[in-house]
Amino acid sequence: MSVEARFTIQHDSFQLTIDMTLADGEVLAVLGPNGSGKSTLLNALSGLQPIDSGTIQIDGNIVDDVDRSTFVLPEHRHVGVMFQNSELFETMSVIDNVAFGLRAHGENRNAARSAAAEWLKRFSLESFAHRRPASLSGGQAQRVALARALATRPNLLLLDEPTSALDVRAKAEIRRDLLQLRREHPVTTLLVTHDPLDAFALADRVIVLEEGRIVQSGALDEVASHPQSRHIADMVGLSLVRGEVRNGTLTTAANALLVVPADTPEGPSVASIRPASVSLHRRQPEGSARNAWEMAISDLDRHPDRVRARLTGPIPLLAELTPAGADALSLAVGDTLWASVKASEVTVTPDLLP
Amino acid sequence: MVFRVPKLHPNALVAISFLMLLVFAPACGSSSTTSSTAGVADSLSGSLTVSAASSLQGAFTDIKAAFQKMHPDVNVTINFAASSTLSQQIIAGAPVDVFAAADEATMINVSDAKLLSGTPTLFASNSLEIIVRRGNPSKIATLSDLSKSGLIYVTCAPAVPIGRYSSQVLQKAGVTVTPASLEPDVKGIVAKILAGEADAGIVYSTDVRATDDAAQGVVIPADINVVAKYPIAAITGSGKTTSAEAWIAFVTGTAGQSILKSYGFTSP
Amino acid sequence: MTRLRTGRNRSAGLQRPPAAILAIAAIAIAFFALPFIGLLWRVPWGDAWSLLTTPSSLTALRLSIETSLWATALSIVFGVPLAWVLARYGFPGRRIVRALCLLSLVLPPVVGGVALFAAYGRRGLLGDSLFDWFGMRLPFSTAGVVLAQTFIAMPFLVLTVEAALRGLDRRSEDAARTLGASRWYAFRRVTLPAIRPALIAGAVLAWARALGEFGATITFAGNFPGRTQTMPLSVYLALESNPGQALVLSVVMIAISFGVLLSLRDQWLGGSTTGRSSQ
Repeated sequence: MSVEARFTIQHDSFQLTIDMTLADGEVLAVLGPNGSGKSTLLNALSGLQPIDSGTIQIDGNIVDDVDRSTFVLPEHRHVGVMFQNSELFETMSVIDNVAFGLRAHGENRNAARSAAAEWLKRFSLESFAHRRPASLSGGQAQRVALARALATRPNLLLLDEPTSALDVRAKAEIRRDLLQLRREHPVTTLLVTHDPLDAFALADRVIVLEEGRIVQSGALDEVASHPQSRHIADMVGLSLVRGEVRNGTLTTAANALLVVPADTPEGPSVASIRPASVSLHRRQPEGSARNAWEMAISDLDRHPDRVRARLTGPIPLLAELTPAGADALSLAVGDTLWASVKASEVTVTPDLLP
Repeated sequence: MVFRVPKLHPNALVAISFLMLLVFAPACGSSSTTSSTAGVADSLSGSLTVSAASSLQGAFTDIKAAFQKMHPDVNVTINFAASSTLSQQIIAGAPVDVFAAADEATMINVSDAKLLSGTPTLFASNSLEIIVRRGNPSKIATLSDLSKSGLIYVTCAPAVPIGRYSSQVLQKAGVTVTPASLEPDVKGIVAKILAGEADAGIVYSTDVRATDDAAQGVVIPADINVVAKYPIAAITGSGKTTSAEAWIAFVTGTAGQSILKSYGFTSP
Repeated sequence: MTRLRTGRNRSAGLQRPPAAILAIAAIAIAFFALPFIGLLWRVPWGDAWSLLTTPSSLTALRLSIETSLWATALSIVFGVPLAWVLARYGFPGRRIVRALCLLSLVLPPVVGGVALFAAYGRRGLLGDSLFDWFGMRLPFSTAGVVLAQTFIAMPFLVLTVEAALRGLDRRSEDAARTLGASRWYAFRRVTLPAIRPALIAGAVLAWARALGEFGATITFAGNFPGRTQTMPLSVYLALESNPGQALVLSVVMIAISFGVLLSLRDQWLGGSTTGRSSQ
């Protein structure tokens, strides 16, 4: 189910201008700081907020067209939404929450409940069926919310900051569920987030929203290595390293070693390293950084206020320096130099992907 | 040299005598009163609370004005309500100095509670009349017309004097009427008639007169009518016996009686 | 140095309010308790049952309960939509409309009765029309009692429900819409259950107020046994003829109201009536 949206929304002094398309089955991540208009975009697509000019089409049907005064109500759009705080109905049990959409469409209670039970099983939530939302943890509630949104088989799935209210482990679980969903039941999805790991885990394509305008769009890698704005540069551009943590060291599949913080739990993990944490040296560094590798520069991205270097080697990394720093090292593509990262600046999360 | 005692003008002599009397009178003890209250400067002061039946509203308001002209230092407050309500208030300890009721039964209640100072005096009489809207749109001519279907008749609860008197009159006439409502006092009946919300009621003839033609009355024949007797008495323990008795004296005296007559009350 | 007792009382001792506040609060409690204690002391307990079961008492009690339940039902049926409109729907002049609907909260009830006459009495705005179309005369009728009670009691329910609606998280209802619920379906299955505690509290408050309604009732509906003489009117009249009966009836009314307040616990103290239904 494809989506075409070309519209503006005006609210006091804020204006959101959107021109975007989603292909059938595509997962698009919308990255941007708070106040950039991400939530407004979601509300426009779901029908919770009408647009002020332009059109929105979902699966070839016009759902909002200002010139023709057409507006399809949210309940008729078949757009599923997962909210930041799950928004489960507190006065109903979990299974009735999941069955809600089906009953709203006219199914009787038993049919709706058995379909809901299927969905709960799919997400391994069947033991929660008769509990109340208030007794669930944040992660469990979000997974129920996902099941609830999917139970009505929507044409378009909107995820509004699905992991921002969760702890690290729960974040990983949700990402795993979403990936499982992509494999088994691909749904055209728009994912709004300010956490780049969500985008990395789930998205095919990314658009960057800032102050109501799309400032960049493209494949994730591309945006990450050539960020157009400071904000994206800060947000994206993480280097991810997968491997097994044991005794304070992460070993990658290629047997490269990354020393991680001492209290990191053991097991399959994903380490992320911010570009600013990567230091570059012409000579092998001495001193406290126990992570040091010899790398080659494969790409350089120069901007007036920063320089990004893509490094290939035992652990592929993205490094960022000030222009002055880059000049001091006389960086050029193809150069070999040493990259180091302090163990304390490595962030590790459990890798729950199968 | 011979001094001659001046010969006083006769009026001056009278005036001086009265003055002497007034100065020394309190010392001689007070006595219950009737007589005249010619306008002489007096020593009455303080406040005086009078509880009076609703039907006395017009007359007692005028009496208060006249009384206060005579006794400018007395601050009179009058409390108008149904006599039954007033008697219960007094029994419950309300700080009242004088009670003027529309029937003897409510006065007896107060007397039984040993709250009267002295015995009550009858000071007025009243008779009953049917009250209807101006123009008598419901065409009431006799008491039996009150039981016409669709007619809205209001009265007061049996404990209220007018309520009891009305039942007596209706019983004497052999008429049964179901009231639409039992108002708290006789002025409530008048108000409902004037507002157009009720068609007929039985009130005192003084009440009909007091509406100044906004409502009109239908006469009840004298042989079935009742005579309402109004007693007045001072209440014990108020410490205002002199003022109380002065008030009672005024009401029963010439001035008070002529005011009452002007409102349609008859002699006790 | 303060001495704290041992065991569980230690933390209670630490939390106790300062002595001056305790003393003033004790006076306030006595202020409220004394009239009721006095009443219980004055009641002629020996005759209580016979006074309570006189035909006039029982009729007044039955009439009071019937009319107040009707008034509560009307308050719910009309009050909830009104509360929703006031809470959610911004329209020009909303503040004025809101003040109008809540006016009878602050009016002396007798004034309310007078106003009802002006609207529904024989010479009022609608009185003759009501009679011509429906054969209905509201003053001096039981329906008039229900009308007066509803007029006075409904604002209590409107206020409580409006506050709860304002405090609700709208995103829940948004979620329901995205799941396919129409506005009405979302209201029925998401909003109403969420405000259920407030709705119950509001209904109970309105019922208690309707049960105790006097001024508007006696002014508009009048006073006649079996038709319009509710308990409060009965007490008022009994004061003049049979004070013992007045006392007994008063105690019954107080017992009912007290029971109602006890059953509400803390739920009606504004602000704690939204959302969470305790499990």
